[in-house]
Amino acid sequence: MIVSLEHYLCLSAVLFTLGVFGIFLNRKNVITILMSIELMLLAVNINLVSFSSYLNDIQGQIFTIFVLTVAAAEAAIGLAILVIYYRNSGSISVEEINKLRG
Amino acid sequence: MNLYGISGEIFLAISGMIALLISVFSSKDSSLKITTRFCNLSLLISLILIVLSHQNSGYLFNEMYVYDGLSLYSKTLILLGTILTLLIGSKPQKIDGFNQPEYPVLILFSVLGMVLMSSSKNLISLYMALELQSLPLYVIAAINRDNLKSSEAGLKYFILGALSSGLLLFGMSLVYGAVGDTSFSLISEVSSQNMSSILLVGLVFILSGLAFKISLVPFHMWTPDVYEGAPTPVTAFFAIVPKIAAITILVRVTFSAFDNAITSWQQIIIFLSLLSMILGSFAAIMQNNLKRLMAYSSIAHMGYALVGVASGLLEGVSGVLIYMAIYIIMNVGAFIIILSMRRDNQIVEEIYDLKGISKTHPFLAFSFVTILFSMAGIPPLAGFFGKWLVFYSAVNANLIFLAIIGVLTSVVGAFYYLRIIKIMYFDENDVNLDVVENKSSMAILGLMLFLTLSFGIFLNWFVETTMGIVSLI
Repeated sequence: MIVSLEHYLCLSAVLFTLGVFGIFLNRKNVITILMSIELMLLAVNINLVSFSSYLNDIQGQIFTIFVLTVAAAEAAIGLAILVIYYRNSGSISVEEINKLRG
Repeated sequence: MNLYGISGEIFLAISGMIALLISVFSSKDSSLKITTRFCNLSLLISLILIVLSHQNSGYLFNEMYVYDGLSLYSKTLILLGTILTLLIGSKPQKIDGFNQPEYPVLILFSVLGMVLMSSSKNLISLYMALELQSLPLYVIAAINRDNLKSSEAGLKYFILGALSSGLLLFGMSLVYGAVGDTSFSLISEVSSQNMSSILLVGLVFILSGLAFKISLVPFHMWTPDVYEGAPTPVTAFFAIVPKIAAITILVRVTFSAFDNAITSWQQIIIFLSLLSMILGSFAAIMQNNLKRLMAYSSIAHMGYALVGVASGLLEGVSGVLIYMAIYIIMNVGAFIIILSMRRDNQIVEEIYDLKGISKTHPFLAFSFVTILFSMAGIPPLAGFFGKWLVFYSAVNANLIFLAIIGVLTSVVGAFYYLRIIKIMYFDENDVNLDVVENKSSMAILGLMLFLTLSFGIFLNWFVETTMGIVSLI
């Protein structure tokens, strides 16, 4: 079987959807949300790299390198905010993030 | 290569690093003060550099970075708005429970992201600038480290912000796949010839990612929570500055990258704008917390501003640009008043705390009334002209129902603004409100009051300038 562009696009769409649903449907803890965010960004990377190889154009791969860098910075900041949140509330359960509601 | 066109941004980046060093090496008590002053000074210098270097327009870095009238206009608004919010927020920070010197430094880096964003003309530079803007914002929402509300605001903002950049990025990857390039000019070329479905899906994702940043309904969920939880000076910054950059890039994406595909994005923008106007007006009626109320008010204002984009006409875009200038004037004024409210050395932010303020602090009450009337869009105040320009362009574009809904929702919006006025002037005060009237804030409030009252005089100049800008997008 030849792996075509469509296969890659389907894979990345599935991963992206999993990431989005992981954010909205998950009721347990915030670490899962961070993992879902990472999954979304990596799905985008698959998209970019497969387009780049299909179009024979280097820009998509350059874009991917930038996205990887930003994803690392984003994960670091997300974990830092999560740590100070945990220090204040003593829990990282999604259901308990409800102090702000009006 | 001539880097003159980007000199303001380079200066801002270097002074951000110097500001970090200053905040570390100055003594602990005065660190915040010195760093804030340094940041204000470097914002001012970079504003001057940008004004000087953007006199001609041109491209840098393979059309990744463009300097033209639109970027000059929005950079001026961004930098002036930041300087004003730093000035009005510099006093109350101590009582607000945070005095980390990182605050102005993070604002500086975020502003660097915003000015780069309003100059980006390529998907890669747009994404990088957007992240440079967002990442410091997540941190400053949670800057009050020992406060549960502030850290919760930071967490919520981070999660939804990261989700929105994910959506934006997915859209960008699809657009790249359909076009084969990331520059706006090539996207414009391809979208005029053949608007394929993959390009359309990419456009929808990009617009929803940007709608998150401007907090348009249905992507507004984070706004009230973050505005309430973040310390008030930070809320003032959130309410005023990032919106300008995000609106600018929305205008650039719609009118520069997808300028030939108006029929594709017009429906989406109309939908977003309608929902924002309606929800922003109705949800604010129930709010008793001033910061939450300002959040819904800003959602509604962004809905009105978007009416101008939805028209698809250049005069509509000029209306949007003028609306953003007016939006800054009104919000800076409103936040000076919110920042100055105290009782027993505690910050208070309920609207009932304003009871009877007209007798104890007549100037403050009068300026707040003027600003609220202006937000409600009552002539001859500034807010009226903004709404008039955008609704007029909607009528010209045959979107009469949009203009009618806009006028109706402003009537609903007037209700909650008038409710505050009623509380200030006609309710008996049981507990006195202390007001911290520091001189610089009051001077800025006076200036904003003057601009709100006399905006009609400058209107002609604004219309001519912005029409000149938008004809060159």
